[in-house]
Amino acid sequence: MSKISLKVNGRLHEVDVDSATPLLFVLADELGLSGPKFGCGMAQCGACTVIVRRQVVRSCVMPVRAVGEDEVTTLEGLGAPEKPHAIQQAFIDEGAAQCGFCLSGVILTAKVVLDEKPNASDEEMREALGGVMCRCFAHIRMLRAIRRYADTRKA
Amino acid sequence: MNVSRREFLKGSGALVVTFGAASLPSSYAVAQGPFGAHPSHIDPLKLDSWIVIGGDGIVTAYTGKCDFGQGMFTAQSQLVAEELCVSLGRVRLIECDTSVCADEGTTSGSQSTPTNFNTSNLAQAAATAREALMNLAAQRFGKPIDQLTVAEGVISDKTERRVTYAELIGNKRFNLTLSKTAKRRTPAEWTVLGKPVPSLDRVALIAGQFEFVHNVRVPGMLHGRVVRPPSVGATVASVDESSVRQIPGLLKVVVRNNFLGVVAEKQSEAIKAARRLKVSWNAGPGLPPQKTLYEGLRKQPSRDVLEVDSKDVEQRLASARTVVRATYTYPYQMHGSLGTSCAVADVKPDGATVWSATQSVYPTRSIVAKLLGLPLDSVRVVYVRGSGCYGLNGADAVSFDAAVLSHALGKPIRVQLSREDEMAWENFGSACIVEQRAAIEGSRIVAWDCENWMASKGGRPGYDTPGNVVTGELLGYAPETVSPQTAAEPMGKFENRSNFAPSYIAGCVGGNCGGAGTVLSERVLSHTVTSPFFTGPLRSPSRIQNTFAHECFMDELGAGAKADPIEFRIQHLRDERLIAVLNSAAEAAKWEKRASPKPNLAKTGIASGRGVACVIYEGNNGYVALIADITVDLASGRIQPHKFVAALDCGPVSNPDGLRNQSEGGILQGMSRALVEEVTWDDKRVTSTDWESYPSPYVGMEVPTVDIVLLNHTTGAAMGAGETAITVVAAAIGNAIFDATGVRIRQVPFTAERVRAALASTSQGGVE
Repeated sequence: MSKISLKVNGRLHEVDVDSATPLLFVLADELGLSGPKFGCGMAQCGACTVIVRRQVVRSCVMPVRAVGEDEVTTLEGLGAPEKPHAIQQAFIDEGAAQCGFCLSGVILTAKVVLDEKPNASDEEMREALGGVMCRCFAHIRMLRAIRRYADTRKA
Repeated sequence: MNVSRREFLKGSGALVVTFGAASLPSSYAVAQGPFGAHPSHIDPLKLDSWIVIGGDGIVTAYTGKCDFGQGMFTAQSQLVAEELCVSLGRVRLIECDTSVCADEGTTSGSQSTPTNFNTSNLAQAAATAREALMNLAAQRFGKPIDQLTVAEGVISDKTERRVTYAELIGNKRFNLTLSKTAKRRTPAEWTVLGKPVPSLDRVALIAGQFEFVHNVRVPGMLHGRVVRPPSVGATVASVDESSVRQIPGLLKVVVRNNFLGVVAEKQSEAIKAARRLKVSWNAGPGLPPQKTLYEGLRKQPSRDVLEVDSKDVEQRLASARTVVRATYTYPYQMHGSLGTSCAVADVKPDGATVWSATQSVYPTRSIVAKLLGLPLDSVRVVYVRGSGCYGLNGADAVSFDAAVLSHALGKPIRVQLSREDEMAWENFGSACIVEQRAAIEGSRIVAWDCENWMASKGGRPGYDTPGNVVTGELLGYAPETVSPQTAAEPMGKFENRSNFAPSYIAGCVGGNCGGAGTVLSERVLSHTVTSPFFTGPLRSPSRIQNTFAHECFMDELGAGAKADPIEFRIQHLRDERLIAVLNSAAEAAKWEKRASPKPNLAKTGIASGRGVACVIYEGNNGYVALIADITVDLASGRIQPHKFVAALDCGPVSNPDGLRNQSEGGILQGMSRALVEEVTWDDKRVTSTDWESYPSPYVGMEVPTVDIVLLNHTTGAAMGAGETAITVVAAAIGNAIFDATGVRIRQVPFTAERVRAALASTSQGGVE
């Protein structure tokens, strides 16, 4: 066990955990966050996605010590229910969810792609989402929401 | 334990959902308890079991049907708002909590809408409540009801006089039974129901703040992990607890028969201990080879059911000019929920609470009581949504896991399965083989014979059979097995509830014909045989397997008659609503009338084709026709669907947006199951244990267009829609492959490898 400082969604936390603990368990169990979720533990599905250093990270396979001083942003860190981020608003407007377990992977991955490249093509977006799963298959609405967000960014 | 409703409300309010009813005064709340005997302490015939009007005018409704992400929470909230003439914001819906909701069994089988939106249960309770409130107002005003109006929870007479629901009954009991004659609001009057209300949970979900069962946290909660056997049927010889003693945070190794689990302070410690625990196992009996699965199914002793038998089928087949035969096979598939199953249990000496994503809170309550030796009325099961659930996934098993571990420690414990444990031990959708034979005269089908074999082991635990899922079997309870039995003569009305029969037979039993079709010479025989793996309901159980076989075989018959596939279907149907969805889909897809395969088939490159399939789900629970446009890469065998057009008739539509959302998902999930999903195993164990060994198309796949035409049949009963669309997808794609290539593939999934092999064997002059 060791004391680790972790900056998450704009707030600094100190946790007492084994530094090899996957970041996901620290976020979910120690900090009580509900955005990132355990789907596979093997970085195959994207349910645990968070943003670190402007990159999407699969928090189920990243040891907490690897975060260092960088800030972690989770799905709930993007925006609040009363003031959602524009990409969350696009998902809300399109009703782009069924069970919603996959949303960290879908929303955060799309956001990182469009932050980096606002004009990303459909092809590039598909490639980025090539490791993100949704077993309810709400694909159609989610892709529509991503396109809507991309269009509002361009405008 | 004598626990009042209020105590439960208090206990859960902070944890799981915000209970509007928590503010009820104790006089009301206490009156709801104490617990009675199974099946339910909450009488479903009493209005107070369903509807409570608070002092603030908020309508709290208690339902036994829950939402798995497909919109039932929103639709049921709309129903209550509609019947009580209040806006949606004044309704609070409490789902599936054994302490406050009536026992509505299991939320499954596309039965939530038929059960709660028609002439009983939630719908009738809400209508009864409105009627009661109108009566109270009529007494107060001294005027007949027909001179009163109601809006937004306020009843007025035609003068200035008005009274609110809260003033009439706020925080008080109705003390009424559900009225069979209370008038429901009709679709023509609807202002909330029938509207495309956006899903009420979407904002919390999208903001990452929705509480799944995975997020339930109880003070003092520990983390458990189970250790499943290394192979199917293996049993524990010995456990070396010293192998994990050094792991920090580890509190206990729990061994009960063949059930093994570990409990630790933190989740990662529990995972480490579960991985390192040294167990000596006695090998299981081994698994039958996957290659010969289907032949194997046919050779086993079986439990047989004869759905219909006109007794002249063999004779018609023997004398017909043309007889067509074909065999269709459908693999084991899994729910493969995105999040692995999770539950939290808090077992104390005098009772237990389990937070569970089960579809069956009351049956789960009974099983937990049985496993722990607790009185039934001391166990409370609270539904909290899990990851998308398409049937009996691991939710029940993990609830039992958590209960057993918590019982062993006397502390609250959260258990989440590993991906491998989720996939290797869930109750799979059954493998199935269907033999079809038909006699043709001219362009008419004159006899149809079909016989299926479906693999089965376990299933829903129900109120009394823990062994139907893996945890129960490991604890020493036997699963339901197949007792061989010959078929009795068909009796009663032909209903086709399992879709064992094609839509095109007349379904005549004892002179009454309940089928949707016209073929009078008919026989449908089903065999249930023993499965080496646990099986259970997976979205469209038995319906998807048999409909694949029926709708592809119908296509073969139509192609043989050189008839247009839709016209050929309609020629053999007499059900108007099924004919109507076929015509609507054809119109929306701009269907070109011609026979399959298409003329001038491509020999190289990319071939395109279209296919159709239709069904009446469960014989009476929703009508669908689906047209698939696909391409086939003739070199690789890869299938790419481009467009699906579906026409749906599920009776009066409660929420068109929700219906579209779940049908879009159903169609794409059906596509995944048609193209890639198949459980694999070796001689000892299931080898589909992650998303590489059990692939499923990512969000980044090339997504086809899905157009859905809703036929809003407002005069009939409300029907389910969760499984309607998915049921026909494999058949529509299979028929489109035939249309594009002239090659019939009778085995799901249509993997590139399988399609390539079929194309190759046909081009070499072989028979596919």
